[in-house]
Amino acid sequence: MSALLSVSDVHIAYGKVEAVRGVSLEVGENEIVTIIGANGAGKTTLLNAVMGILPLKGRTMFAGKDMATLDIEDRVAAGLSLVPEHRELFATMNVEDNLQLGAFRIAKATAARSFERVYSLFPRLQERRKQLAGTLSGGEQQMLAMGRALMGAPKLLMLDEPSLGLAPIIVADIFRTIGELRAAGVSVLLVEQNAQAALQIADRAYVMELGEFVLSGAARDIARNQRVAASYLGFQHEGESAV
Amino acid sequence: MTQRLPLIIFALVMALIPLVPGIPPFWIVLLDNIGLAALVAMGLVLLTGVGGLTSFGQAAFCGFGAYTTAVLTTAYGVSPWLTLPLSLLVSGIAAVLLGIVTVRLSGHYLPLGTIAWGIALFYLFSKLEFLGRNDGISGIPPLAIGSFKMLSPGAIYYAIWIAVLISAVLTLNLLDSRTGRAIRALRRGHIAAEAFGVQTPRAKLLVFIYAAVLAGLSGWLYAHFQRAANPTPFGPQAGIEYLFIAVVGGAGYVWGAVLGAGIVVILKEVLQSYLPYIFGGQSQLETIVFGILLVMLLQLAPSGVWPWLMARLPLKAARKTPDTSLTLPARERAPTTSAVLLQLDKARKQFGGVTAVNDVSFDVKAREIVALIGPNGAGKSTTFNLITGVLTATSGAISVLGRKVENAPPQEVVKLGVARTFQHVKLVPDMTVLENVAIGAHLRGASGAVASMFRLDRADEARLLAEAARQIERVGLTDQIDQLAGSLSLGQQRIVEIARALCVDPMLLLLDEPAAGLRHMEKQRLAALLRQLRDGGMSVLLVEHDMGFVMDLADRIVVLDFGTKIAEGTPEAIKKNPEVIKAYLGAAA
Amino acid sequence: MNTTIMLFLLQDGITNGAIYALLGLALVLVFAVTRVILIPQGEFVTYGALSYAMLATGQVPGTAKLAVAMGLVAFGLDLFFARKSLHARLVARAVAVDIVFPLAVCLLTYALAGPKTPIAVNIALALLIVAAIGLFLYRIAFQPIAHTSVLVLLIASVGCHLALQGLGLVFFGAEGLRGPALSNVALAAGSLRFTGQSLAVYGLTVAFIIALWLFFGYSLTGKALRATAVNRLGARLVGIRTTLSGQIAFLLASLIGAISGILIVPITTLYYDTGFLIGLKGFIAAIIGGLVSYPLTAVAAILVGVVEAFSSFYASNFKEVIVFTLILPVLVLRSLAAPAVEEEKD
Repeated sequence: MSALLSVSDVHIAYGKVEAVRGVSLEVGENEIVTIIGANGAGKTTLLNAVMGILPLKGRTMFAGKDMATLDIEDRVAAGLSLVPEHRELFATMNVEDNLQLGAFRIAKATAARSFERVYSLFPRLQERRKQLAGTLSGGEQQMLAMGRALMGAPKLLMLDEPSLGLAPIIVADIFRTIGELRAAGVSVLLVEQNAQAALQIADRAYVMELGEFVLSGAARDIARNQRVAASYLGFQHEGESAV
Repeated sequence: MTQRLPLIIFALVMALIPLVPGIPPFWIVLLDNIGLAALVAMGLVLLTGVGGLTSFGQAAFCGFGAYTTAVLTTAYGVSPWLTLPLSLLVSGIAAVLLGIVTVRLSGHYLPLGTIAWGIALFYLFSKLEFLGRNDGISGIPPLAIGSFKMLSPGAIYYAIWIAVLISAVLTLNLLDSRTGRAIRALRRGHIAAEAFGVQTPRAKLLVFIYAAVLAGLSGWLYAHFQRAANPTPFGPQAGIEYLFIAVVGGAGYVWGAVLGAGIVVILKEVLQSYLPYIFGGQSQLETIVFGILLVMLLQLAPSGVWPWLMARLPLKAARKTPDTSLTLPARERAPTTSAVLLQLDKARKQFGGVTAVNDVSFDVKAREIVALIGPNGAGKSTTFNLITGVLTATSGAISVLGRKVENAPPQEVVKLGVARTFQHVKLVPDMTVLENVAIGAHLRGASGAVASMFRLDRADEARLLAEAARQIERVGLTDQIDQLAGSLSLGQQRIVEIARALCVDPMLLLLDEPAAGLRHMEKQRLAALLRQLRDGGMSVLLVEHDMGFVMDLADRIVVLDFGTKIAEGTPEAIKKNPEVIKAYLGAAA
Repeated sequence: MNTTIMLFLLQDGITNGAIYALLGLALVLVFAVTRVILIPQGEFVTYGALSYAMLATGQVPGTAKLAVAMGLVAFGLDLFFARKSLHARLVARAVAVDIVFPLAVCLLTYALAGPKTPIAVNIALALLIVAAIGLFLYRIAFQPIAHTSVLVLLIASVGCHLALQGLGLVFFGAEGLRGPALSNVALAAGSLRFTGQSLAVYGLTVAFIIALWLFFGYSLTGKALRATAVNRLGARLVGIRTTLSGQIAFLLASLIGAISGILIVPITTLYYDTGFLIGLKGFIAAIIGGLVSYPLTAVAAILVGVVEAFSSFYASNFKEVIVFTLILPVLVLRSLAAPAVEEEKD
């Protein structure tokens, strides 16, 4: 079985500075994969490049097709979807219009089903469907961003820091939904600073530092790793020094 | 001296051209036109390329210069040399009046506004009785030195090109100075510049006037070159062309203006004289081709010809090696730790219905490192913006050393000794590290624009650069001192921001996520530096997500959540505070 | 002051203002979607008007051939930019849009043009020709630099204006033209006379505003255009092709420009370079409207038209000075109301 998304030996540079250096990663069907790492490690850069927002060197395959010549729009049509760090909602349009545009690339009949699915995942969005996206609370905006991405019935959903700036209780809600997505047949590639929550729901994890993957494996094993515990899961245990 | 060499060679070549035997007089006319256009474009380089203020109306300022001398010399018999300062003055005053309205406009309003008043002035020129309406004014006397009258294109040639060369040198001097750095920082938004005391509206107005005066000079020369003035060369079409020249040459490069003027003037001439032969006398063909070439050029080289050319020449910018023995007077430090440096008393900030900072109170004492932590969106950066005057508090009081600052603009807050870095790095990417850091010392220098144009600022400038170099050394970036800030990694850029803030000689240093993107070793070095600064009498308030770094470094921690302070105390106490664990740290601790 | 004169001036001003409103709407639309400040809008006006006027005399305007030529260039660009991933569907689309469409329009024009061609057919032909030119103009001049700054786009826009205006002289000559009125009906209400033409101007302006409102408010394409304007990246992330949005915006703008031209050419003689000034007045309205608000733009346009009518009566020499200075107080107000913290721009 080949992976749904496979990225091999990818380099991404901003001018002369290489932000991502030789990274390889795979996401399979029905799998939640997370990338954890510090601010500026290159996680967002990697997601953006996979989506086609930034140019990259290396090979990216999605659903058996080489994505080298595909634009963002083609990748969306192929079933890849990104919920970016800044959510990029249509702030002056209402919730329903935002969702409707999420289904821009798919047939009308399918869109109707997508609406049902999204509203059942996020009942709050249905209550707010006539409200302008820009006036929603942070948590609702994150739900809308995810909902908009799901409207297009993607095979793989990439989430960039979905818990960013949200109250812990909403974070729990969001993460529960991410778990439900896997059950519904959507794979998820999750970039998170909240490593603890991410490792709890993920099947596999990659640890990124300064543009490289320094560790990868089953999420459970990563969570138990001493170094990861020290660097990403809160503070060091007493008397221990970070390496 | 080696830096001046290309300039001297260029001046010599230009001086010799008219003396070449057999050179067609027509070529000299073309060179005259190039020089005239280059003057206006040079102003645009400063205004648009460097300062980021796009103007389509520069031709109107030429009109002010030209008509001033035209009216005074023909109707009142004033000597042309006497009208020169008056022409410049009239253009300058027009620029002040239009500039007050225009430069405050942001984004695309600015170019559109200039189109509108450019057109209005054009029609004004062509309708006013005393300016001769559409026919303009003719019979303007030539420039003369003694009995030598500059009647021929070859004679006024020297007047024009001396003006171009002097303007170029003055402009370059201006850019390479304290004021110049302030101007160069404008394009990247005003927040960073203002945080170091730059009066951005004044800096914008300054470049606007400067560009207008250069245009006025060109207009004055034009009037005495053509010996006539009519509205057409001062209309919207000409204004567009000047901007085009600046962009073709490379907006942002002084010599690009000269190069661009050369390219455009010659191109137009060639098109005008040869296209009719090729296509058989069709009218306006040159406009069509000119327009098409313009679009093509923008697609192929959107940043202009000069930078393209420079990248292919083996010329290297001269390194500045500041003499670090020079020093600036330092601020007095509070001797004890009891003095309160910064105090927030129920500071509150609302954006519409959202309360970003909700009655937050805390203080920072002298010689103390305080950390502000909390989830994203908790109001940490907003708190920084309230303290530094970028935002005005909705209610509550903020004071620095007992002085109320909640309504003070950033330029006043920095004077009290509060310096900051930004969460999203705000450096000028096409300036060197040294120049970027020197912006931090803006308030510690005093030389103005005129002094720097005539190089009277060198002693002052040397001290500023020395201070900048010292702070760069302090943060350990001496190896990168001459690199462009934009070429550094994000982590290094954050360190450059710290050096820039240190140039203020601050009492209180505000650092927004300084450790983000740093490697472990770099973080330790940064922590050591901050401790050393504290021991030297400085206080630090920092926002940071790296808990290892914060817990190790901070004397005290303030925790914000949803804009509200939920805890304050020593790192030990904060680690154990159940509310903090619930809201921010998580159960793993 | 004489009431009759005042009413007359008011009517004149509103008629012109309605035209400026249409142009202002188009400018706002194009700017919002593509960030291009559409200086060549005036050329769309003259091209529409003068193509229609020439067709009315039975001649084929040169613009028909221009559309074909621009289509060929667009075709070349389409293939060049897609050279790494050429596939049949893409080529077929390029052939259809870039070659077949303008060629069909051109051939249709040659086939139908004649002294007896009905007005409606001439209008349709003129609109088709200008629509094609507008579409290709975006493809050729702006799509390759769509990511650059507003300034670069603005200067490219000026370049297009120069080229198109020059071509206008080639196609239509230096002499002004007038076209036949759409209707010769005339109504009188008290001392005011309404010609069928001015009624058509009001009617179409209102119809267009409503149509635009429906298009942007209710159709998926309209919403996609709005979405592109609100958030480019967001739009791309849901699969909206921003290049297509740009082409549609230009298509609409050129159509609106051409219609405005066809509406005024029976009232005033238009020259190949008249469009520039007319477009600029639409501009003033658009700027007053802040380049974002359609209703405000429409109101501002009426105001511009009325001010123009009155100043041409009282100070005809300074008519343009007054109209273009009108913008300064507005800009002052806007700058006073400007927010303290600006968005940063690159």
